[in-house]
Amino acid sequence: MITEAVQERENYLNTSHGIKSWLLTKDHKRIALLYLHTITFFFFLGGIFATLIRLELLTPKGSLVSADTYSKLFTLHGVIMVFFFLIPSIPATLGNFFLPMMIGAKDLAFPRINLLSWYLLVIGGCFAMYAMLAGGVDTGWTFYVPYSSNYSNTYVIATGLGIFIAGFSSILTGLNFIVTVHRMRAPGMTWFRLPLFVWSNYATALIQVLGTPVIAITLVLLICERTLHIGVFDPARGGDPVLFQHLFWFYSHPAVYIMVLPGLGVISELVSVFAKKPVFGYKVVAFSSVAIAVLGFLVWGHHMFVSGQSVYAGLVFSFLSYFVAIPSAIKVFNWTATLHKGSISYATPMLYAFGFIGLFTVGGLTGLFVACLGVDVHVHDTYFVIAHFHYIMVGGTIMAYLGGLHYWWPKMSGRMYPEAWAKLSALVIYLGFNLTFFPQFILGYLGMPRRYWTYPDEFQVLHVMSTAGASVLAVGYLMPLVYFMWSLRYGRIAGPNPWGATGLEWQTPSPPPAHNFEETPVVTTEAYDYAALAAMEEAKVG
Amino acid sequence: MGSDLPLFPVQASSIAPSVDHLVYFLLTVAVFFSVGIFFTIFYFAVRYRRRSESELPVPSEGAMTLEILWSVIPFGLTMIMFVWGASVFFTISRPPDDAQQIYVIGKQWMWKIQHMEGQREINELHIPVGQAVKLRMTSEDVIHDFFVPAFRTKADVLPGRYTTVWFKPTRPGKYHLFCSQYCGTNHYAMIGWVYVMAPQDYQAWLSGGATGSLASSGEKLFQTFACANCHHLSGAPGRGPDLPNLYGTQVELADGGNVKFDEDYIRESILNPAAKIVKGYQPIMPTFQGLVTEENVLQLIEYIKSLTPKEARPPAGAAAATSKRKSTKQ
Amino acid sequence: MDSYIETPELREQFETPTQQKETSTLGMWIFLVTEIMFFGGLFLAYTIYRKEFATVFGLASSTLDAAIGAANTAVLICSSFTMVLAVRAAQIGSRKALIVFLILTILLGGIFLGVKAYEWNQKFEEHHVPGPAFYLEGVPPGGQGPAQLFFSLYFTMTGLHALHMLIGEGLMLFLLWHAYARKYTPSYYTPVDIGGLYWHFVDIVWIFLFPLLYLIARHQH
Repeated sequence: MITEAVQERENYLNTSHGIKSWLLTKDHKRIALLYLHTITFFFFLGGIFATLIRLELLTPKGSLVSADTYSKLFTLHGVIMVFFFLIPSIPATLGNFFLPMMIGAKDLAFPRINLLSWYLLVIGGCFAMYAMLAGGVDTGWTFYVPYSSNYSNTYVIATGLGIFIAGFSSILTGLNFIVTVHRMRAPGMTWFRLPLFVWSNYATALIQVLGTPVIAITLVLLICERTLHIGVFDPARGGDPVLFQHLFWFYSHPAVYIMVLPGLGVISELVSVFAKKPVFGYKVVAFSSVAIAVLGFLVWGHHMFVSGQSVYAGLVFSFLSYFVAIPSAIKVFNWTATLHKGSISYATPMLYAFGFIGLFTVGGLTGLFVACLGVDVHVHDTYFVIAHFHYIMVGGTIMAYLGGLHYWWPKMSGRMYPEAWAKLSALVIYLGFNLTFFPQFILGYLGMPRRYWTYPDEFQVLHVMSTAGASVLAVGYLMPLVYFMWSLRYGRIAGPNPWGATGLEWQTPSPPPAHNFEETPVVTTEAYDYAALAAMEEAKVG
Repeated sequence: MGSDLPLFPVQASSIAPSVDHLVYFLLTVAVFFSVGIFFTIFYFAVRYRRRSESELPVPSEGAMTLEILWSVIPFGLTMIMFVWGASVFFTISRPPDDAQQIYVIGKQWMWKIQHMEGQREINELHIPVGQAVKLRMTSEDVIHDFFVPAFRTKADVLPGRYTTVWFKPTRPGKYHLFCSQYCGTNHYAMIGWVYVMAPQDYQAWLSGGATGSLASSGEKLFQTFACANCHHLSGAPGRGPDLPNLYGTQVELADGGNVKFDEDYIRESILNPAAKIVKGYQPIMPTFQGLVTEENVLQLIEYIKSLTPKEARPPAGAAAATSKRKSTKQ
Repeated sequence: MDSYIETPELREQFETPTQQKETSTLGMWIFLVTEIMFFGGLFLAYTIYRKEFATVFGLASSTLDAAIGAANTAVLICSSFTMVLAVRAAQIGSRKALIVFLILTILLGGIFLGVKAYEWNQKFEEHHVPGPAFYLEGVPPGGQGPAQLFFSLYFTMTGLHALHMLIGEGLMLFLLWHAYARKYTPSYYTPVDIGGLYWHFVDIVWIFLFPLLYLIARHQH
């Protein structure tokens, strides 16, 4: 149906050439690809740190690196993965590429600010890399004072500046998305016709805009404390180290929703397409994203149950933490209901969606454990917490990201990835992931603390299992790196809509033209209207 | 139950079974929902697999009843978790009146433990079985955390104030002690053992090598620093308040507020005396910050406490087991 | 590629100039919300410690010259007024008036910053800069620490505000340059509008800072 001639057609990739046309682009699709390269780099860098950590933990005593180096490894793993990979990931790549197309716009509201966002991420990343190469930072990604302000002899300030700058990248992306969704929707694209991916990116953007400035000022205060000894966190001057924790977590808890909400949006898209049904309870799912964003700001103290904060503060935060679990549960139920009487395909993106739902459910349910005051006292700062958040961030977000990447790859590149290899790597990732992180729940309950270079002998079996899983997981992640690159040259040419999906982005050629649409679309159907799509296809053919 | 499962640490404190039972409940709910969702999805994925590219499923009408059901029921379950967890947490946070106090100082990278009777330990804590113990802890430098997995409890240890953790050991044995708040290079090495002993063995251990109780050391310090020059112990009026029989009472302050005469207040008065001045006295007490170590402060506190007979002290229930913010209000 | 010519008056991604103006304005409002959150952390820290150390903070605050602070506040409010007049001038197409009012705004902002520099210098001479040379008279023993905390917050908060003022001055100079170059017309003056929004915001932050830092101990003396 599609001939080679299509590849000669003008699209956003070939419309101009040369490095300047990429580094000075205003096209949201090109910026998305710039981001794709950047975050892929940071993902594998963070992954290298994870590999070294897991290798070190094969033995109870130190074997691979020194204690100081180990502290730097887990700190940099956290900093890179959170601030330079997970926070930008889906919004800056898939969101940047598809949000404007999904709403029928030519671009985001502020294309040059979009480009600036990318540069800010890169510059922030340079600061972090400088810190890493110059000697590292060893405070943990949470930077608790007084250790980070008065005791650590490592590159805290450089790292802090890197995160500060990357934070502005995040703020500007969020600002751009909010304004775009409010002001740039095509005629007929009402709020309740928006794809759920747009809703979840919108909710994410709200958090980015409101939360990130708080970590910015926290880092400023930390840097001032470290350089000028202003005393704001120093008990000797009357300052309070726990104030740092409140300020830090006020952002860093909502930050975890920045990291997972876009993934939830991707899953809504995948479940709908690959069951060929609208998501069950569209409005409820849409509102649940906003609910998560709002409620997410109210629960930061659940990271501080044993910090010395009052019992009553603990009660309030525990109660609200249970509240915020409910919208996520609702999504899982709605996705499951979507499958009922659907027409379910087992294409790779759907396999990732299935994997996501399972692992996100486990991660979310273990969240109920840590939200529980009586249990959290025991499991706080143990591997139980590590397992919980990796189930959500890796079992959840990264699987959603990969699912979305596979789903939208044909649109972005004009090529299909190799389906058999993709299915295999999805399976390898799923199995590797579970083997890596499930034993950590047990390790944590047994009492294995976080951030330990050595550990009691009796924990070794579980650590070895975890490291074995990590090596499988690593293979699983390398596979897409290879076959996606392979597909750019040798992949089957993709048509405009290989999946039979609704959504304006599938009404354009693959890859899309520079201006997205030949003329501004006018929207007349509801979201996920497969019947209308079928009728439209029929009309074209007949 | 639970004490011999390799998945759970030994239950060695009075609260450990409660925590484990709560976990069994959470596990049951978690397994129920995970398995339920897993099998439902698996079933749907097989039953409704795509058989032809042209099939077009009928969209389901979203059902508000269903949405409400699967919001309210999970919410109800989480509320049970919350209430149950909060109740266990109250117990964890409130040392009983008869808990014996032991002081702990955390520093990079060791635990210094100070028994009331004068015994000192490093990275080890010997305690008798069946006796509730309350640790009053502070840090000399960064934030640490005192964690005993077998007791299912922990608390952060902060510089500049006291925090508390309590437990009642129920089983003799040797249990891991871990620092569980990252504190620098040797965080992983800031570990030790809690030895829970039969009462007679504990007595035997105690009587070997005590160097004088905390209170008697405190009395020596009181004399060394000539505190009695202002704080006459004889009842005669002096430049400073009379200290006997004050411990545990509410004291009126010059600025109109009042404060409980407890360990926090005594510590603050030694290190930052101007923070709270008792009504009727001038702010002339010099600070001893830098002249006394944290251990000295503990010794002085115990001595001043000893000036109020135990019967005269108000019940300890009002003493916050979770640390009050040590305020240095003026 | 079509032959669409992109101009500042209508950028490629927009359908109409109205859409563009509304979008830019919304963007600036959201940016100002992020600035509120940014300053918010400092206000939170200040509020907490103010409550903790009421007397010492009161004493420290009373060493700030409230008369100068008040005068400076008036200067800044005037600059917001001249900014409003500048926006109005742009709206009705009076290029000369626009230029005059922008210059006045810049001058008034400059006066504010100059007075601030003078005040900071005063603090330095009085040994009220936190550090080894710090000493505040009249504070009870043990209060030097919290007193330094007050001044740490004073310098951080007014410093951050002054930084935003400097950026604002830069923005105003940019607007002045473009106004001079005849870039603004009654149908396109959005940058003046949103520049005004930014300027007003920085003014409002000061209106909160001034009483919090300068006036808390008024009733005690």
